[in-house]
Amino acid sequence: MFELAQAAVESALAAGAQYADARVVISKNQSIAVHNAEPQAIDQEERAGVGVRALMGSGWGFYATSDLTTASARAAGEHSAAIAKASASVPGPAMPLADVPVVEAAYETPHEIDPFAVPISDKVDHLIEVTGTVKEVDGIAITTGNLSFWDTNKWFVSSQGHKIHQHLVESGGGFDATAVGEGEIQRRSYPQSFGQFETGGYEAVQKWDYLANAGRIAEEAAALVSAPEIEEGEKELILEGSQLALQIHESVGHAIELDRILGWEAAFAGTSHLELEKLNAHKYGSALMNITADATLPGALGTFGYDDEGTAAQRVEIVKEGIWVGVLSGRDSASVAGLPPGGMVRGDGFNRLPMVRMTNVGILPGDARLEQIIADTKDGVYMSTNRSWSIDDRRLNFQFGCEIAWEVKDGKLGRMVKNPTYTGITPQFWGQLDRLAGGDEWVHWGTPNCGKGQPIQVAHTGHSAAPARFARVRVGVRA
Amino acid sequence: MKRTIELAGQVLELVGDKADAEIVVTGGVSALTRFANSFIHQNVAEEGNAVALRVAVDGRVNAATTTSLDRLEEFVDTTIEIASLQRVDENWPGLTRPLDVTDPNHYDEHTEAATPDERAAKVADFVSAGPDMLAAGYCETLGHTVAFVNTAGHRAVGRYTRATIDGIQQLDGAAGSGHATSKYFGDLDGSEVGTIAADRARRGLDAHDIKPGEYEVVLAPECVGTIGMFLSFYGFNGKQHAEGQSFVEVGKRQLDASINIYDDATDTRSLGVGFDAEGSPRRRLDLVVNGESKAIAHDRRTAKKVGGESTGHGDPGSEQWGPIPTHVFIDGGTTPVDEMIRSVDRGLYVATFNYCRVLDPKALTVTGLTRNGTFMIENGKITGAVTNLRFTQSFVEALEQGRVHHIGDDARFADSEFGPGMMHVPSLHLEGWNFTGGASG
Repeated sequence: MFELAQAAVESALAAGAQYADARVVISKNQSIAVHNAEPQAIDQEERAGVGVRALMGSGWGFYATSDLTTASARAAGEHSAAIAKASASVPGPAMPLADVPVVEAAYETPHEIDPFAVPISDKVDHLIEVTGTVKEVDGIAITTGNLSFWDTNKWFVSSQGHKIHQHLVESGGGFDATAVGEGEIQRRSYPQSFGQFETGGYEAVQKWDYLANAGRIAEEAAALVSAPEIEEGEKELILEGSQLALQIHESVGHAIELDRILGWEAAFAGTSHLELEKLNAHKYGSALMNITADATLPGALGTFGYDDEGTAAQRVEIVKEGIWVGVLSGRDSASVAGLPPGGMVRGDGFNRLPMVRMTNVGILPGDARLEQIIADTKDGVYMSTNRSWSIDDRRLNFQFGCEIAWEVKDGKLGRMVKNPTYTGITPQFWGQLDRLAGGDEWVHWGTPNCGKGQPIQVAHTGHSAAPARFARVRVGVRA
Repeated sequence: MKRTIELAGQVLELVGDKADAEIVVTGGVSALTRFANSFIHQNVAEEGNAVALRVAVDGRVNAATTTSLDRLEEFVDTTIEIASLQRVDENWPGLTRPLDVTDPNHYDEHTEAATPDERAAKVADFVSAGPDMLAAGYCETLGHTVAFVNTAGHRAVGRYTRATIDGIQQLDGAAGSGHATSKYFGDLDGSEVGTIAADRARRGLDAHDIKPGEYEVVLAPECVGTIGMFLSFYGFNGKQHAEGQSFVEVGKRQLDASINIYDDATDTRSLGVGFDAEGSPRRRLDLVVNGESKAIAHDRRTAKKVGGESTGHGDPGSEQWGPIPTHVFIDGGTTPVDEMIRSVDRGLYVATFNYCRVLDPKALTVTGLTRNGTFMIENGKITGAVTNLRFTQSFVEALEQGRVHHIGDDARFADSEFGPGMMHVPSLHLEGWNFTGGASG
């Protein structure tokens, strides 16, 4: 496959590109869905092809074909150069590439059980057993279970001499329980909304023990229907780990993407409230806030060996004791901003242009435990598992809904309340972080559905997080 | 087109009599030129064919997709083998029998063949419309052929094109947007769309915060497109409805009597092909007539469940997400936007919504933000820009009887946050909209 990628690169250079790279990607995906203890959908997808990137001045061109022949790869190289030439007709500043070591290398995701070697019927049977258990609980109208697995091989070649093969394996899934009441729907999910995904094999599914949690999740969904609504007001807000992970994803992860900061995503995903001149000075949050982007974390969903520009995976400090110190970047964006390249550029399959994406953007663990945080809270609310998320185009004004919450009074968990929401402004909210758990409550949560770019592409990102408390947050926003 | 049809036939032959099967082959070219800070920074194109195969072996179902066309025999055999190892799917609706499918001919040769230079020229026109501004957005062209065959003898083939220019102009912290979509690349006027965006950006200067609360609103087509998308996804979706998660009660007047909504891939203004991924023909489906809910969208699976017929909404993923109308028209009215604004004493004009997410699917309560143009209306005139606002609003309640004051004469394809060419909608003047937070919270 290296030969095909090499042919594409040489063809782009011959057509006038000053730089070119190419990725041959063969990716397999298997998705299994079970609905109310009956099979709903079994889908397998194989996408194979080559994508070529060519640079001329400020103009990038990208062309992809699913035809893996030398002739098509060469034609794709020529097309990419022609597109780059057209880009230069509406020109911008020169787009130099930051230097990175040129390597010939290979990487494979550590995994124990090949998820594609586990029979589909075993996976279906497992989900039927789990959703069957959920369904036995009175009040549950709908229950679904899902598993997804990815096996991706990439061969990357650049005109600077990179030659990298990677084999990435990702696994995960989850289940949910939905109770339909009079004019309302209540839902609980496990391990988190949309499931939990990690790099690794089938062991990444087994360790979450869906069956042991099925009854509890179902009972909570059923109980929510008759639970009181959360009261509107300002409270001490304790977030469960997976909700904090999504809070990080939305209000930190996207805001620190250098392409957004530079305005390259202004029309669609948006920009950022962060300004480069305030790097190393802007107060992002309280001193408890230490965020890294670490693509080397074993098992986390945003872990790999090299990004899709051939830059080695690395750990970059983003927020240090509350101060903003780093960004997510690629070779062109880093060069434009005068920063070191972060190795955070990835494309969704062979046919999408690699762009700045989150790796594992997570908070470093604190020293508390959830139990202690609750015990130290006088008047608060503990919210778990995301239900809805919305944030503005500068990643400032957010509103999140969770599936379930409990009041916290005088250090004790109180009654369950439904339809919990909270809202805030990013730097104020993170400035109110006053307790943070760690130890075994610190988990590499995975987000398998991060959308960005036009045409849209989906990235798999990781977010290490643990339960945390925020002082004086507005909760219970209603229509 | 020939290659796409050949591939469908080739896969059908490989299946033979080993299984019941339906095959969809999609092929063609897609290209998208993206610009930011007033220059083209990303510019992509792709070509190829993808084969989707769904098989049933004695009621045991499996589905697979591939772009590896040199290994089709292995692909077919593996898909059938995996199916044979599964449990019987009691809800398998079987294959579509041979039916007449009309090709609505939403195809334009020039659009499919549009060159990078032609797209760059449209971008240049958009950028030039705001010489003192920073422009960002995209120009896209695509041409796809879709071929359907099944082992029950049904065949359908169609092709379509789509062209879009969409973008914003930015000036000193203010931004305005413009959008156009058509099946004809030649219809796109980069200068006109760029000028609309530039005008909104200029009017958006010196925006000020206002107190959250309920405001009378005039919503531009982009906002109404988002409303239409949520009504479709959560309301007229046959799966959501069967599970009791939809607000729709067929036969009941649930919206204002002035509201008419239908889904029609065969409308001359529409995009796409005349059949779905199960081979069912797409026809006009009246969803709301004079405010009364009339119908729900079905694929073959949800239709079987309710004892009805597919309405042609069996799209990829519908087994999981449900059948969703995506060729939606909300009937336009007769009122110019200027006249709507003149009739407002105190309210807001909103250009687009952003990042909308549902809080309660049944009540269709949604939270989101305004973006790229939010303006104060006082005594019938736009008096200035306001900063973006967060809202928390039931989309159904907002359209209830008596709450729709005017329907605009400006119906067009609007970007709904979920992609172009799915919602053809006008501006709406509504009694109220619940804004729950400002830019500062």
